[in-house]
Amino acid sequence: MTLAAEREAESEVVYPDPTPPVLGGFQGLPARPGWFSQHLGTAVIGAVLGYLLGHWLGNVVGSGYTNVSNSGSNSIAVTGGLLVAVAGWLLGIGAVNYPLAKLVGMEPRPEYESTSWTRYLRYTADHKVVGLQYVIGVLGFFFTGGLLAMAIRTELLSPTSHVFGPGTYIAIVSEHGTVMMMMATSVVVGPLGNWLVPLMIGARRTAFPRVEAFSFWIFTAGYFVILSALFYGGFPTGWTGYAPLQTQAGVGMMSYLVGFAVIGLGMMAAGFNLAVTIINYRAPGMTWSRIPIFVWSILATCALLTLATPTLVAAGLFGILDHTAQTAFYVTEHGGSSFLWQNLFWFFGHPEVYIMALPGFGIVAELLPVFCRKPLFAYKVAAAGMVGVALLSFFVWQHHLFQSGINPDMRPLFMLTTELISIPTGFIYLVGLGTLYKAKIRLEVPMLFCLAVFFNFLIGGVTGVFLSDVPVNVTVHGSFFVLAHFHYTIMGGLIFAFFGGLYYWLPKMTGKTMNKQLGKAHFWTMFIFFNMTFFPMFLIGLLGQPRRVFEYAQNLQALNDFASVSAFLLGASFLIFIANFVWSIFIKPTPAPANPWNSLGLEWQTPTPVPYYNFERIPVVLSDPYHYSEENAPAVADLGEGELVTTGASSPASVAENPRPPAPGVETTR
Amino acid sequence: MTIDTGQPTSQEVTEPAQEEPRHIWRMVAIWAVLAVVLDLLFYFLVGPHVPPGDMTSAASENQDDFTILFLIALPVMIGVWVYMAYSIVIWRASRKGAPEPVGGPQARSNLGVQVGWIVTTTVIVLGLFVFGTVELVVNAGSGGGEGPNPIWTPTSASVLPVQVIAQQWKFTYRYPTFGGFESQQLVIPNGTTIAFHVTSLDVTHDFWAYQLSIKADANPQIDNVAYTTTRQAGSVTVRCDELCGLWHGAMFNYGSVVSKTAFNIWAKATERATAANTKLLPPFAWTYVPDANGADGGYYPDNVDPYSNSEVYGATPAKS
Repeated sequence: MTLAAEREAESEVVYPDPTPPVLGGFQGLPARPGWFSQHLGTAVIGAVLGYLLGHWLGNVVGSGYTNVSNSGSNSIAVTGGLLVAVAGWLLGIGAVNYPLAKLVGMEPRPEYESTSWTRYLRYTADHKVVGLQYVIGVLGFFFTGGLLAMAIRTELLSPTSHVFGPGTYIAIVSEHGTVMMMMATSVVVGPLGNWLVPLMIGARRTAFPRVEAFSFWIFTAGYFVILSALFYGGFPTGWTGYAPLQTQAGVGMMSYLVGFAVIGLGMMAAGFNLAVTIINYRAPGMTWSRIPIFVWSILATCALLTLATPTLVAAGLFGILDHTAQTAFYVTEHGGSSFLWQNLFWFFGHPEVYIMALPGFGIVAELLPVFCRKPLFAYKVAAAGMVGVALLSFFVWQHHLFQSGINPDMRPLFMLTTELISIPTGFIYLVGLGTLYKAKIRLEVPMLFCLAVFFNFLIGGVTGVFLSDVPVNVTVHGSFFVLAHFHYTIMGGLIFAFFGGLYYWLPKMTGKTMNKQLGKAHFWTMFIFFNMTFFPMFLIGLLGQPRRVFEYAQNLQALNDFASVSAFLLGASFLIFIANFVWSIFIKPTPAPANPWNSLGLEWQTPTPVPYYNFERIPVVLSDPYHYSEENAPAVADLGEGELVTTGASSPASVAENPRPPAPGVETTR
Repeated sequence: MTIDTGQPTSQEVTEPAQEEPRHIWRMVAIWAVLAVVLDLLFYFLVGPHVPPGDMTSAASENQDDFTILFLIALPVMIGVWVYMAYSIVIWRASRKGAPEPVGGPQARSNLGVQVGWIVTTTVIVLGLFVFGTVELVVNAGSGGGEGPNPIWTPTSASVLPVQVIAQQWKFTYRYPTFGGFESQQLVIPNGTTIAFHVTSLDVTHDFWAYQLSIKADANPQIDNVAYTTTRQAGSVTVRCDELCGLWHGAMFNYGSVVSKTAFNIWAKATERATAANTKLLPPFAWTYVPDANGADGGYYPDNVDPYSNSEVYGATPAKS
């Protein structure tokens, strides 16, 4: 189809209204930039006040009960404190300005934003600002969990002499697991999904910018909630939170239950927003067979985020009620069931595992064609694989319960579904190997990370088949073998892909070039020490070491010490990344060209920095972005010539001149 | 503005000077050699030592299963790695004389390759499923906990039941066929089919008798049954494999598989020696309700205050 014919065919398209998202604040009041507006500081004040209020309320409510006065700890007060603190945090950042304004019948005013760096500390409807906020947020999450991992490996240096007491150790293990799992649910969807999806599908914004901002700020609230467990003495259950240990635990457990509920709301919000965006905000011509494969992976992930997370929130609510209102959902001797938690948790937990795998596949499949200068091989199989994984992931959860004592007749079924899911998962290898064939492989830093994902995830995936086999599972279930397996899939797959994606897209996101030498040094240290840390753990597990122990058999010390020292070096490799990040972005920034990797992706066709509205005109998409090395290849998109919207303060032309619409009554500094 | 593809469209694809080597056949050759050699090495050198050994029927069968899975997995992994290594070496952009890649429809999909891939992986996966299910059924649950109503039971006529009671943070064992006496140590006879009845008094634990290849969660008020047949005498390590709180890491003990004669002597002697203690225990049952009031058939004897410092489970208060 010729370009003109394509434009003709699309002429009936109604372009989305380029009015800026209405964020909050009150029309009648003057906008207040600077320190007296709402920002991170007011959010902290709101959270502190909220915590004090909630804690006091909880004490008032709970002090009359004998179980509270006898135990000396009041989980009602802690729950109340944490919940109202989250509410205060959201109130303080301005997340509820819009509904509150609507509630009192006032017209909310459009977003006022300065172009200064302080917008990163505010509640903003710009998906690119939210994306970068997420970058810092997930990195903070990740490095917190990483430090806890260093503590775990320090304790495991010796089988018998201890650095920590058993209570501290189990609190550290539980905190590490939970922080990492929470981080991993959003590590790609949050930063890269929010930043890139609108650009990749040719949209000016996400469908629900306020929901998008909400998802980030409640995600950060969740970080502080789960961290608060350490101040209550931690919780002893690991990230899986198994009842009845959960019911037995002290108030630290409330941080876990409330924290997962809070993060869960953020996951649902982020997933819902991006799913609706992908379905409804695609540019004209952006058909389902033309959307970048990364967008497919985000869509599948968002479906899981939206559909699986409610189970977690409900399960957590039951746990909160067991603790505060003395219900007995998980208390066997009062008619509840510990299996209820296990089933609810893993019904969420296994789709969640694919929430942590699919975006990694998406990044890898998106980057391979760019660095191979070849089209993506078997695009439709890749997309079908992602959808297939998403669907099947709801039918595998009982493989976590193979030895638990539930009905054994379900075991062959769940063995089958678990092994079946390796078929669509394996499609990523078909896609990868097919794309590498007779390619022109540029071993840039992002490409190195992609190739490492193929290496690592193969080990993680194949050992997953071992775990799915019920007879073999008898030996490896609950041991370090499982631990090594899921670190190979989540860290070796998702986190490697995430860092590859960061090196690839940060030049577009920040407008600065990352240092290549430091990037390579980061990659090689991370890759080598990752494998040296986690590969011995397969052996440690096979030789009989259960997970989450602080004492182990003497004969396993050599392997454990090897893993520990490697883990410290793996931790050190991230210092190279931090140095690179700080040096390249803040200290000595080198401006990045608009398209440094010579990619065909739509997101790279925008200028750097990307204008507030992404595209001056909504582009008309003419083909998928994988026509590399093709003679007479069709153009990817028609970004439009001439003027489309020419008047008004919010027209793209005006926006290009003046990236933010001025707030009423405020002088712009330009 | 129209975006071009980033590649000069007018560029002629230069004919390679010499015959393009048959890359796929080279890869297959490297793969075949490596796969066969490494599989053989694994089978003969590592296979006999694969955990958890061959002390029981479950252990040796699970060892075989692991070995077979590994023999299948190794060629798959080697295949991918050989392909990737070959690609990176031969088709890297920095190599001199590397041919330009060719895009277009033939590079975007290949029906034969795609169908072949899907069929191959599906056949492997379904084969693994059938294999795993057969092993599970034939081997009476392979030593995994089957819950209170096991459906894969051993064919042996005489099965020795042993109850495993987990609590924070220790395992104790009761022998219902010997008057229900309780032991701190797991002792079982060789050449006998054992039914482990695993239960818990508090939180969820997991009974992992490593050398026996038994793994069963210990849930409060659930009788989780796992079977195996002992084949060799020796010592056994028992560890808790489900996080159960503060001292989870220290929740382990040792047991032994002894000859039938030695077991009978030990069991009868222990039954006699602990007879007084057994009377104080709650009557043998498959599960126990840790009810502080002694209601529901009570785990604590009625006259014992479970919160007292001087009175503990299984002991009468010291007479002062």
